[in-house]
Amino acid sequence: MYELKKLSRVYPKGKGKVAALSGVDLEIPDGEFITVQGLTGHGKTTLLQMLGALDRPTSGRIIFNGKDLGAMPESQLVDVRAQNFGFIFQNYNLLPTLNAEENVEAALVPLKIPAAERRSRSLAALAEVGLADRATHFPPEMSGGEQQRVAIARALVKEPKVILADEPTGNLDEVTSLEIVGLMERLWRQRGMTLVLVTHDTKVARRAPRTAVITRGKLALRDNRAPKAPVVTKPGPAPGPAQPSGAPQPA
Amino acid sequence: MYFRYLGRELRRRARSASVVAIGLALAVGLVITVTAAASGVNAAQGQVLSSLYGVGTDLTVTKAPTAGSGGSFNFNANPSSRAQAGQSFSQDRLSSSPGLTTIPDSDVTSIANLKGVAGAAGALVLNSIHVTGSFGGFFGGGASSSPSATPTPTPTPTPTPTASPSASASPGAFGITTFSVDGIDPSTPGVGLLSGANITSGAAAVEAWYGEAQQGTAADQLLALVSSSYAKQNSLKANSTLTIDGTDFTVVGVVTVTESDGADVYIPLSEAQTLASDSGDVNTIYVTATDSAIIPTVQSEIQKLMPSATVTTASDLASNVSGSLNTASTLANTLGVWLSALVLLAAFVLAVLLTIASVTRRVREFGTLKAIGWRSRRIVGQVMGEAAVQGVIGGALGVGLGVLGAFLVTKLAPPLSATVNATGLGGSSTSFTSGGGGGGFGGGGGFFGDRTPGAFASANPGFARTFASSTHSVPVHLTAPLSLEVFLVAVGLAIVGGIIAGVLGGWRAARLQPAEALRRVE
Repeated sequence: MYELKKLSRVYPKGKGKVAALSGVDLEIPDGEFITVQGLTGHGKTTLLQMLGALDRPTSGRIIFNGKDLGAMPESQLVDVRAQNFGFIFQNYNLLPTLNAEENVEAALVPLKIPAAERRSRSLAALAEVGLADRATHFPPEMSGGEQQRVAIARALVKEPKVILADEPTGNLDEVTSLEIVGLMERLWRQRGMTLVLVTHDTKVARRAPRTAVITRGKLALRDNRAPKAPVVTKPGPAPGPAQPSGAPQPA
Repeated sequence: MYFRYLGRELRRRARSASVVAIGLALAVGLVITVTAAASGVNAAQGQVLSSLYGVGTDLTVTKAPTAGSGGSFNFNANPSSRAQAGQSFSQDRLSSSPGLTTIPDSDVTSIANLKGVAGAAGALVLNSIHVTGSFGGFFGGGASSSPSATPTPTPTPTPTPTASPSASASPGAFGITTFSVDGIDPSTPGVGLLSGANITSGAAAVEAWYGEAQQGTAADQLLALVSSSYAKQNSLKANSTLTIDGTDFTVVGVVTVTESDGADVYIPLSEAQTLASDSGDVNTIYVTATDSAIIPTVQSEIQKLMPSATVTTASDLASNVSGSLNTASTLANTLGVWLSALVLLAAFVLAVLLTIASVTRRVREFGTLKAIGWRSRRIVGQVMGEAAVQGVIGGALGVGLGVLGAFLVTKLAPPLSATVNATGLGGSSTSFTSGGGGGGFGGGGGFFGDRTPGAFASANPGFARTFASSTHSVPVHLTAPLSLEVFLVAVGLAIVGGIIAGVLGGWRAARLQPAEALRRVE
């Protein structure tokens, strides 16, 4: 479970500063599927990186399972990342010199799992995303959709508590985008993990029960299950632990 | 995973990895070649010093004669009566080697008793001049009348010991043969010219000679060893009879010593003293130190004991060797070393820059790895491993290049020569004239002249002989010997170069904040 309290992140920019996030309050219960929506440069990716312990807040607190990530030394954050978070990037971020199976396996390396087990789990993860027959293929040999499936397999293989996806459909056509989002939703429902998906696409954003809309660093919540989907300006009560019961609400 | 990732990454950027490896290989190859060449030059210098000076002797003690003490010798070629005119004559003149004066053999004992001295051997280094000819016409002149050998102020090359210069003048004519004789103390085997380290061939003959000469009987004192070149020139072999100044010696055997200017004939010291009328004297003392590290101390002690003596070590002689070998030495030890250092530095810088460039290009990759939980040290280890492999490949290629370079140096290096300058040799020369019926031959300083005490000539009898000509050149073939140590050091350098590049590149990778790394490229 995440608790974000008055979270701010300010970057230096030239002689001035720019606030990527300003006083963000948010709670994300375990197992929720939440989307983050906003315009380019308004702080979506910064929020995701905070959630993934890739960046530290300038002020405020970000508490994950009772621990303040902003106060943790890097050596502990490494372990938190390795054990709890699975990342999916817009540009897939696969290692070009490793094949699909090896790219997936790379996520298990920090967990000190024996090589044979790493390999079997990686192949199983690839099978789960429909790429069992592409295990030995290298990223340049695969389409964008296939590469993103490999990235999803890499995020899932270590069975993390949270999947953090940063515009996973940003480089894909509409059909492939729907396939990828559908795949992620299916896996979310099957595994019961928390899924935070950043997108600028409203259709994709509305597939989650809640959307965190970020505008110039400030966050507002939108309940996508409400009839008119009003934007809630206060960090109102979370809709409770997500129960993957049935298909998400259409946008 | 580590090695798969490492190998694939190196293959992916094969071009830049090749540039790094080739750069390191060139540096390593150059280091090996230059080191081998320098080693060869040093060996050549050692060879030259050995040939000029002799090995196995750490110090040589001599005394230079005082100015004007050279005296003269006189072959009386003037017939004393008309009856002798036109008749042949044959005379020997045995004298101390030029540039040397006698030292009481009690000094040998004194030196042998010094701390740090393993052994000391006295020797009497002599030159024999054998003159044969016929008396000229009778003019009634005295024995020392002109024309005679006339000293001149400038040195002029004079015959080498084995040469047989002859000068003739009508009506008198004569030939001159010179050869060198060393009186060796049979009681001190292992020290000096006929020590084991010096003997190239004929060790058995030397041993037999020592064994016989140590008996001390009169017959045993008339045993001689001859150099191989002298034996060949004069058709001598074991049991031949050799006559020196009217005394017959039995040849025990033929010996070759490393010192190129070793004597033609070796006889027991006592007999040499008798022939040279230098009873109880030597003119050279060979000293061996107990440890090469204390040679300077021993040198200082001997100098204190004998303030007027010249105490010479091999390193003193080395500074007087010049010629193309010296040039090669300078090249190898200065230009070569600096060039190697420069290329090595350039290779290191190239490796570092290309590794850092590679890390910079892989920022997103490392950011991703950090995002999925890889520790910085694992990423640094990956970068260092890649750099180290480049270093190993560069080192291996460099060894090949180094071997090739050393081979080419050995095969293609022009012949070198080491020249010993006549610095310090006093100027005198001998002119050979005979005429006007006088037929005199003598005066001013004798065959080798009246020397100014010459540091070099007096330092060593071998050099004294050498300086019968004003300079002496020893041809040297330069080799470039390779050693395991050189290989290990060179490959180590390449790996160190790779690791330095890896450390710097890895340090850059480790400093990357994952969010920053991901943000920078996305």
